[in-house]
Amino acid sequence: MNELHVDGLTKSYGSEEPVLRGLELTVPPGALAAVLGPSGCGKTTFLRIVAGFLHADAGTVRLGDRILGGPGVHLPPERRRIGIVPQEGALFPHLSVARNVAFGLTGVERTERRRRTEEMLDLVGLAGYGDRMPHELSGGQQQRIALARALAPRPQLVLLDEPFNALDSALRAGVRSDVRAALRATGATAVLVTHDQQEALSTADLVAVVRDGRVAQCDTPQDLYRRPANPWIADFVGDAVLLPGTVDGDGTALTALGPVPLATPPNGLRAGTVVLRPEQLRLIDAGSEGVVRGTVTDVCYYGHDAMVTVAVEGHDTPVGIRVAGPLPVCRGDEAGVRVVGEAGLHP
Amino acid sequence: MAALFALLPLGYLAVRALERGPGFAWDVVAEERTLALLGRSLGLTVVVVAACLVLGVSLAWLTARTALPGARVWSILATLPLAVPSYVAAFAWLSAEPDLAGFAGAALALTLVSFPYVHLPVAAVLRGIDPAQEEAARSLGHGPLRTFAKVTLPQLRPAAAGGALLVALYVLSDFGAVSLMRYDTFTRAIHTSYRASFDRTPAAALSVVLVVMTIALVAAEARTRGRAGHARTGTGTARPAVPAALGRWRPLAVLWCGAVTAVAVAFPLGTLGYWLAVGSSATWDLGGLTETAWVTFGIAAAGAGLTTVLALPVGVIATRHRGRGTRLLEQAAYAGHALPGITVALALVFFAVRYAYPLYQQLPLLVGAYAVLFLPVAVAATRAAVLQAPPVLEDVARSLGRRPWQVLREITVPLAAPGVAAGAALTFVVCMKELPATLLLRPTGMDTLATRLWTETGAGSFAAAAPYAAALILLAAVPSYLLGRHRT
Repeated sequence: MNELHVDGLTKSYGSEEPVLRGLELTVPPGALAAVLGPSGCGKTTFLRIVAGFLHADAGTVRLGDRILGGPGVHLPPERRRIGIVPQEGALFPHLSVARNVAFGLTGVERTERRRRTEEMLDLVGLAGYGDRMPHELSGGQQQRIALARALAPRPQLVLLDEPFNALDSALRAGVRSDVRAALRATGATAVLVTHDQQEALSTADLVAVVRDGRVAQCDTPQDLYRRPANPWIADFVGDAVLLPGTVDGDGTALTALGPVPLATPPNGLRAGTVVLRPEQLRLIDAGSEGVVRGTVTDVCYYGHDAMVTVAVEGHDTPVGIRVAGPLPVCRGDEAGVRVVGEAGLHP
Repeated sequence: MAALFALLPLGYLAVRALERGPGFAWDVVAEERTLALLGRSLGLTVVVVAACLVLGVSLAWLTARTALPGARVWSILATLPLAVPSYVAAFAWLSAEPDLAGFAGAALALTLVSFPYVHLPVAAVLRGIDPAQEEAARSLGHGPLRTFAKVTLPQLRPAAAGGALLVALYVLSDFGAVSLMRYDTFTRAIHTSYRASFDRTPAAALSVVLVVMTIALVAAEARTRGRAGHARTGTGTARPAVPAALGRWRPLAVLWCGAVTAVAVAFPLGTLGYWLAVGSSATWDLGGLTETAWVTFGIAAAGAGLTTVLALPVGVIATRHRGRGTRLLEQAAYAGHALPGITVALALVFFAVRYAYPLYQQLPLLVGAYAVLFLPVAVAATRAAVLQAPPVLEDVARSLGRRPWQVLREITVPLAAPGVAAGAALTFVVCMKELPATLLLRPTGMDTLATRLWTETGAGSFAAAAPYAAALILLAAVPSYLLGRHRT
């Protein structure tokens, strides 16, 4: 099976601070995993080591039952059976689309090669484009051809390096779902490297957040968003409201927004940071009995919803509240705030 | 290796100049005549650079930013003088008016062949400046003239200074025009001194002075450059600027462009045509012409070949591995660019006479001189070509199952080859036009089109010189034409 298993990966360039410090990651067969991190977190180094362009200082890379790299072992890139989809596609400019896709089909009989090329073009929705040259394609089309080229030789693993970066946002969603569908159809295991948390959450089956050369948390998109392992991850993946809180006897935390029920028992913690999502806060009438009051400092309207920023007494940074539907307030208004659902507590 | 090869002559020149003791060399340098030479060289340089700045900037602004009728045609015509060797221009003016010989003639001929060095970069910057910057200045209350002076002009300065440097180097190292115009500058004095006496130390000492001057010039320009970051801030494509209306100045602007094009392009060609027609009855020696053309073709091809082979590793290394070492390597290769042809030739003569006598006045030495002189041209082309094959393409090819040597064959070479070939063609053209090094290093009795043209013009037989000039322009035109097609 095509399970990717990376263990204890370490890498530093020269005498500088190490870029990877014991990175661990397991991607089950057929899954699409996103490696998500801010720039400089080591995600590109990780990708290049898995692909075989860089040697790790320590650690092993295993694909199925083959050791690709490890102590005393380094399989060259051309023998790893790993397809890569670089940023901006990087199609060979001197070859036609069909010859780009067929590039990895060596040692294959000619009719089979043609059949497979057409199958791949069909898969990415660009049947009939084989005779064009790369510069005659739009950015999104180039990106899809790059995927077809990577998938044609039936790789065991596909690596995608920020492949949607160069596309404008209107095009991005379409290409993203096409890529996911094509990967599903072939059943290839895939790793998507990105710094865009929205892209990671919406595209991948599994998201690994990398910080300082290590995997800080690896979970399904939902679990990652709802149960971030620490406040930094909460803030990095989606918007977060971070409040200092003290634990009350019966599993609630007392905060500037009032008592908040905790999702899990505090495990002996007496105080910490309470993590909430903006959609867990509600705007209510400021005149209600016993309500937490604040002043609306800013309103950002997005159409499908809006982000209302409210300065609350007893907390020095304003909190964000996501409001769906018509806006009940404008800047400068008095507003009441209520918390819905449970929160996480972190030391 | 290639870079060392480029620097070798420089070092040897210094050794040779000091051979009879630093005192002797100093006597030569400190002579009154040398000071006079210095004044004449610098005077010519200053006048030509100033004239080129006026011509180049005015034409660039007119063609790039105003509603000048036929702006595109004018801007193409304004680059054509680059294809005219200085000695062909000198031939044209001398044959029309022999009294021009001297400072005026040399300045005229050199200005008219070298102003495109200013025109081209300045026009490119003018086209690239985001008009939004000028609009912002206007909206902040500056009038059109103040906007030009405070926003546009400062951004032109690096381009204009770079162009002026090229012109200055061109003038300092020019031999053809000054020698035909019989105006004594360093290059002409070096040639005369070399030819006139058996003692070649004075020639070497003068060469060292000339080299020091060019290096000082390059260093001064490098210091003024690269402090202010220019170019656009922000991303996206700039809108093209709205051309400025010329109003009642329009006829004057057209007249100005027309006059410059007429004297710089039409006049040399016309004169050439006239002498071809006049001389066709008497002095055409078709056999000699064909033979000389063949010889020129052959050694230029050999020069271009050797230069390209040497440039390949430098270009590849400089592109793929950025670092202090590679920058040094690159700069060493560029040092040759600033060296006047005659000094390189002289250095190679000394070297051959002393250490490799069998090579003296033999073809390999001449071809080697071409390689030293034109290595920078080929290195620049190679760098651009290698950039056509970014490393990510090689990574992809590896991941698709190719071994390193297969990647080289299937990806890198096919992508870089057209650029390298273009560089070779360019080198071929400059080798063919080269005059001073060829004069010094050619085997006895061998002539290229350039040397023959120089000899005939020097002797005043303009009709005899014309066919060689025509053949030279024709031969040079073919690769230039191919280059133009390749670019588009």
